[in-house]
Amino acid sequence: MTYDTIVIGAGVAGLTAALRLADEGKRVLVMAKGVGSTHLAPATIDVLGFDPGPVASPAEALPAFTSANPEHPYARLRPGLIAASVEWFKERLPAIGYQGGLEENFLLPTAVGAVKPSALVPETMAAGDLRTGGQYAFVGLGLKDFYPAYLAANLAQAQPDGHAVSARSIEVSLPLAGRPDGSSAGLARMLEEPSVRDALVRELSRKLERDERVGFPAVLGLARAGEVWRELETRLARPVFEVATLPPSVSGIRLYNAMSSALREAGGRIHVGEPVVGAETSGGRVEAVITQPTARASTYRADTFVLATGGLASGGLQLDSYGGVSESVFGLPLADTPPPGGPRFLPDYFAEHPLNRVGVAVDDRFRPIDAGGQAVYENLHASGATVAGAYPWREASGNGLSLATGYAAAAAILEGAS
Amino acid sequence: MTELVRDSLDHCVKCTICETFCPYSRATPLFPGPKYVGPQAERYRGSGASVDASVDYCSGCGICTQVCPQGVKIAEINSQARARLWEERGIPLRNQLIARPSVLGRLGTPVAPFANRTLRSRPLRLLAERLLGIHRDAPVPQFAGRTFQDWAREHRSPVAEQSVVYFHGCGTNYYEPGVGQMVVEVLEHNGFNVLVPPQDCCGLPLQSNGNFRAARIYVRHLVANLARYARDGLPIVANATSCSLMLKREAREILGVRDEDVRVVSEATYDVCEFLLLLHERGELRTDLQPLALTVPYHAPCQQRGHGIGKPALDLLALIQDLRVIELDADCCGIAGTYGLKKEKYEISMAVGEPLFNALREAGGDLAACDSETCRWQIEHGAAVHAVHPVELLHRAYGLGPNGAAG
Repeated sequence: MTYDTIVIGAGVAGLTAALRLADEGKRVLVMAKGVGSTHLAPATIDVLGFDPGPVASPAEALPAFTSANPEHPYARLRPGLIAASVEWFKERLPAIGYQGGLEENFLLPTAVGAVKPSALVPETMAAGDLRTGGQYAFVGLGLKDFYPAYLAANLAQAQPDGHAVSARSIEVSLPLAGRPDGSSAGLARMLEEPSVRDALVRELSRKLERDERVGFPAVLGLARAGEVWRELETRLARPVFEVATLPPSVSGIRLYNAMSSALREAGGRIHVGEPVVGAETSGGRVEAVITQPTARASTYRADTFVLATGGLASGGLQLDSYGGVSESVFGLPLADTPPPGGPRFLPDYFAEHPLNRVGVAVDDRFRPIDAGGQAVYENLHASGATVAGAYPWREASGNGLSLATGYAAAAAILEGAS
Repeated sequence: MTELVRDSLDHCVKCTICETFCPYSRATPLFPGPKYVGPQAERYRGSGASVDASVDYCSGCGICTQVCPQGVKIAEINSQARARLWEERGIPLRNQLIARPSVLGRLGTPVAPFANRTLRSRPLRLLAERLLGIHRDAPVPQFAGRTFQDWAREHRSPVAEQSVVYFHGCGTNYYEPGVGQMVVEVLEHNGFNVLVPPQDCCGLPLQSNGNFRAARIYVRHLVANLARYARDGLPIVANATSCSLMLKREAREILGVRDEDVRVVSEATYDVCEFLLLLHERGELRTDLQPLALTVPYHAPCQQRGHGIGKPALDLLALIQDLRVIELDADCCGIAGTYGLKKEKYEISMAVGEPLFNALREAGGDLAACDSETCRWQIEHGAAVHAVHPVELLHRAYGLGPNGAAG
């Protein structure tokens, strides 16, 4: 098939680029090896959380951050683009009901009771903001890898500056016997049943104290999350919020579902389970990408392409057994690679590992460039964790990077076309 | 295990994405999920007898493999583990029987009125459930009485510059010869001479029921028949998406049949919608399509998605004016070939299909489109809407007329 744009990768970066383009009437195809980062991450949009201390306002911190880190992807974005991408995201996915913006970071508790700054949070998580202070009750539902007593004890120690937080835990046992799926996704489907919510509310009402906010693992519904959360808040008569869980992340699944169905409704196509294994290029352009589903290869043509395959964790970048790094689809030149023979990693987890920032360097239109600064292909753009220069797990910037660079890649394509 | 499957095993990072997508583990506590019975349990299976039979509750829909971000061949691992399990335990008579559609077809066709009455008779279905373990309510098709092969022998395909080979599969041959005729007529309308060589079952139902030995015999026999056409450069076109997937991928990846015949046939095999859409891209598909003022929800069957070609039916049907196609985002209809026929699995199968049935009911109307025949029968059973192959809509829009044969 021939498309206007083919996006490779179905994470937040790829789906953002695809949805922006489809909304502008472009014929868009997303091709992905599988479902990716959305299902493992909380669905909050963390733009800038640490620099290196906690960031209270990304809007205020970003100018200093980008001038101190000129090779960072954020430094490539034109002024105002991050804000525009965040506003667009809030409006475009009403089902998630994103709250917040660049002005102030929320401080949300994680499943282990750490404190994480996030710019945009789903409406179901907003009431967990620790800046409010006060009493927080965390409810366990028998879900594996979500221990509210541990969460509460850690949180009491963390005490974010100036916000007096007291936390305790409550265990509630849902009638799980005979239920096929005890995972977070299974619990989320279960909580869509009114009788299960009735039992939960009955038991909790007896155990809650006045003025407590109530935190649940993020399993309050899957397809009808907003509805389940609102009902609990009404019936428990106090603020109710979700805490993102370890994988599988139901809040992330909701985000993937919201983005992919919005894309379908906008006329875009998604092919999951179709890894791109190569490309046809000529005269400095990408003409087509190739898949190999059977003994016969398939060719997909487009005018422009967006590479959003992720970094080392997603296989967008590959590390071989000699420590060499390569880009998986086009074999693009990489920046920030460790010197040959030198170490790739250091013993301290949060150290500046030589391999941390590896990726493809891009120009102002988010096209991968070579060592001389020239675009490798005039119609290929890159976004998300494939792009060099970021350190998302220390900056708390993962989804913010994906959103802003996916948005920027689409903007560059739309401007090129007009 | 085949090398390809073994090599993918170590890529599993236990991210659980497959488990969030598996439509079966959410419907029954008897199936612990694709990761658990697949990459996880496989490490402990070794060469000894397996103590864990839960892998038998995997239907082989293959959704886990499609969504895995690490490229682990989860469904393939499970299919091979199921075969080893049944090799150790001995395959039950029922699974031997329902896995041989061409044998059943040959027995049922000459006595079709009698056989169909038997299949509709409540007392006899109860008896079949007791004696064989085939669920009393499971959707079983009706014999057409006259096979597609029989029709094709008398049919004169017009001489044309280009020829294609039509692989019709057992469902078309014994139960839905009308669908086969429509495929042939649509191809002929587009200027092809259609060859229908003699052909038997591809072995897929045997593979799903763990009888790899017999499945290999069937598929080797079939590709030996088809390979000479493939070597002559003729495309092989099929409407049964699960049977064509056997030719394209599964014979090599699951059954481990890796000879040259299988490779050339895999290279030459096309799903019919894929084939027609490729024609359209080259500007060679006739577009003398009359408008069809219909709204049709479309379900891409799991095995169709396993082809790795997207959903060509959507683009193809978009060529028909006034036809509104709604792409459904349901996982699986639950039948999985023979899975939903089994007494102990029927309820699971219906629970798996429920979201699809609901989506079809919500879409309203009395017509749906779906590429695979067993899924169409399940949809008709579960949602009470008439389900057609997408080619049937093209056939209608081309004005090729009502079809005489049963289908």
